[in-house]
Amino acid sequence: MAICQRCAAEKDIYLPRLVTLEKKRLMNPTEMYIRLSFDESEPFDFIPGQFVEVSVAGIGEAPITVSSSPTQKGYFELVVRRIGNVTNAIHRLRIGDKVGIRGPFGQGTYPTEEAKGRNIVFICGGIGLVPQRSFVNYILDNRADYGELTVILGTKCMAQRFFHSELDAWSHRNDIKFMETVDEANDCWLGNVGVVTTLIPKIEAELRSALVFICGPPIMYKFVLLALNEAKVPHENIFLNLERKMKCGAGKCGHCQINNFYVCIDGPVFRFSDLSIAPEAI
Amino acid sequence: MSIKKLKKDIFVHFIDNLIRTVKVIGVQAKGERFDYGLLASAKDLRLDYDVTLQPPKKYFLPPVETLVTYEVGDGYSSQYDCEQFVLIGVHPYDMVAINQLDELFRQDNVDSHYFARRDNATIVACDVVNPSKNVFASSMGTATVKNGYDVLLTDIGDSYLAEAATEKGENLLAKAAGAEEANKEDLNKRQQVWDKNEAGLNKHQLQCKVTDLPRLLGRAYNHPVWEEKAKTCFNCGSCNMVCPTCYCFDIQDDVGWDFITGKRQRAWDGCLLDGFTKVAGGHEFRKKRADRFRHRLYRKGKYVPEKIGGQIACVGCGRCIDACLPDIANPVNVYNRLVADLGVK
Ligand SMILES: Cc1cc2nc3c(=O)[nH]c(=O)nc-3n(C[C@H](O)[C@H](O)[C@H](O)COP(=O)(O)OP(=O)(O)OC[C@H]3O[C@@H](n4cnc5c(N)ncnc54)[C@H](O)[C@@H]3O)c2cc1C
Ligand code: SF4
Ligand code: SF4
Ligand code: FES
Repeated sequence: MAICQRCAAEKDIYLPRLVTLEKKRLMNPTEMYIRLSFDESEPFDFIPGQFVEVSVAGIGEAPITVSSSPTQKGYFELVVRRIGNVTNAIHRLRIGDKVGIRGPFGQGTYPTEEAKGRNIVFICGGIGLVPQRSFVNYILDNRADYGELTVILGTKCMAQRFFHSELDAWSHRNDIKFMETVDEANDCWLGNVGVVTTLIPKIEAELRSALVFICGPPIMYKFVLLALNEAKVPHENIFLNLERKMKCGAGKCGHCQINNFYVCIDGPVFRFSDLSIAPEAI
Repeated sequence: MSIKKLKKDIFVHFIDNLIRTVKVIGVQAKGERFDYGLLASAKDLRLDYDVTLQPPKKYFLPPVETLVTYEVGDGYSSQYDCEQFVLIGVHPYDMVAINQLDELFRQDNVDSHYFARRDNATIVACDVVNPSKNVFASSMGTATVKNGYDVLLTDIGDSYLAEAATEKGENLLAKAAGAEEANKEDLNKRQQVWDKNEAGLNKHQLQCKVTDLPRLLGRAYNHPVWEEKAKTCFNCGSCNMVCPTCYCFDIQDDVGWDFITGKRQRAWDGCLLDGFTKVAGGHEFRKKRADRFRHRLYRKGKYVPEKIGGQIACVGCGRCIDACLPDIANPVNVYNRLVADLGVK
């Protein structure tokens, strides 16, 4: 197909750029950590909460939120759960492979400015830690700008825990309060047992004035929101990461639509009070 | 910009000459009905058609198109279709739909693949001569159109009036040897056609102002009509496929037999199809038929309008009414039911 000069000069939102797979590590039976580096001549700038479309030629694309903080320069990190065609193919990539990515996408990011000076609480269910981690580490790298920082994490079973050393480091720092629970424990586990909502009453920071960020499996949202409602947290202070099927990442294909919102452009992080007009959201 | 009068025999010469110099797509008979196709001769052009089977959107957003090609392990490269063409016979309601797609593909992120085709098109719209059996453009305010086309044709009996609206249109009309300047009487005749169509393309009457729809839908989310209508829906997606304003798509990879080269393609998709919102692991967000049925009519009457400055994204072509076997897709029937039950506030 011959392409005219005008078209050749257009910016193509569907065209992936290449980055290099620098590191990979299986973190648990289903979650793969990967680190991607890019050429400094073409920097990759993003805000915590934004996602990329990861391409595997011949298989397709999958939206994955950046898990590292933009304060980490020269590379970015993803954590990919193996669940279908593309994600399994991502697990099979080798160190040194060129990987296509599009993005970063999403104007609904973590409110890095609005959160300054505020107490901040992250409520994470399982893999929901992955996107939240970007903002947690961003705060830790700009620690003086933010108030008390609390992260609570619920994981289904011991085998699915990940980021062991990083979480261990968090639990030993005194500028972040980290609490963890597992749904089902064995005898070796000395920590909390139960679903993530059981940790909410243990949060020491004043919840009502804090900004609260929730990310986890769909079922978790209802229970957490109920608990936050009881704690009288205003809906303006609650933010949710929403997930929907995606294809374009650019507000065109219609797949990610929730009533009048598009997760790919209006999200993926939404302020709960904005969702009151979107009954399909939760 | 100029308004020319082309006697019908002059018009035929004009089109035949055009076909010799550029790719021309026009409306032609297809059995008892009509559709767009590559025009071989002016005599095949049927500007007296009622409605085309498919809307003209396929010339800008084809059912399947390649976005990028790749070599496994190597890079990706953009693919564009940038052949110039003239599209003749677009009815006003379909022109309004194209104008809406232009805005939607421009908004937020410019879709360069859509605009490669769009910018290479010269659109010759034409006013309706014979209303189709389900058209309701008069109700939707789309029976005539004031912008978007390069040339607008109006059949005034023994001639066509041809108004150029852009430089492209002006250049096209400059090729019409033997065209006369339109006079006042011609313009009056055209006005009569417009007046007639603005009232008469109306086989279904919407019982509220078209601008009332977003607010009406704002109060109708839990109305029983969604369940009632969707009970007999087969999820066939025909209402999406024939709609000039539907533009949802899927993206899929197609790898070659060498397992090295491949292409990433987009293909039309439809929000009524089961699986449209299904994610890996099996969860489906709009699982119930009624949820999907409602979503389509909310997109037409509320969600898309809120993105494009209030214009309603159903242009009243009536194609979905023809296409729906259980006869539930008619937007007017649903909206009127809501007007009757909820009133207009
Ligand atoms: C904003 C956002 C951020 C995400 N971040 C992460 C992350 O950090 N880590 C992670 O492991 N997963 C993440 N996901 C989920 C991940 O995108 C899906 O698991 C993945 O797309 C499944 O693709 P697949 O080809 O393996 O599965 P298949 O079932 O083969 O899916 C085929 C195609 O459908 C679409 N699709 C299917 N499931 C989903 C889904 N859940 N979300 C969006 N599109 C889907 C994709 O286009 C995919 O290529 C995120 C999803 C979204 C929307
Ligand atoms: S055409 Fe009719 S039956 Fe088919 S999906 Fe649309 S509403 Fe349902
Ligand atoms: S919803 Fe039906 S009548 Fe309205 S524009 Fe689409 S196909 Fe035409
Ligand atoms: S992913 Fe296509 S519109 Fe959001």
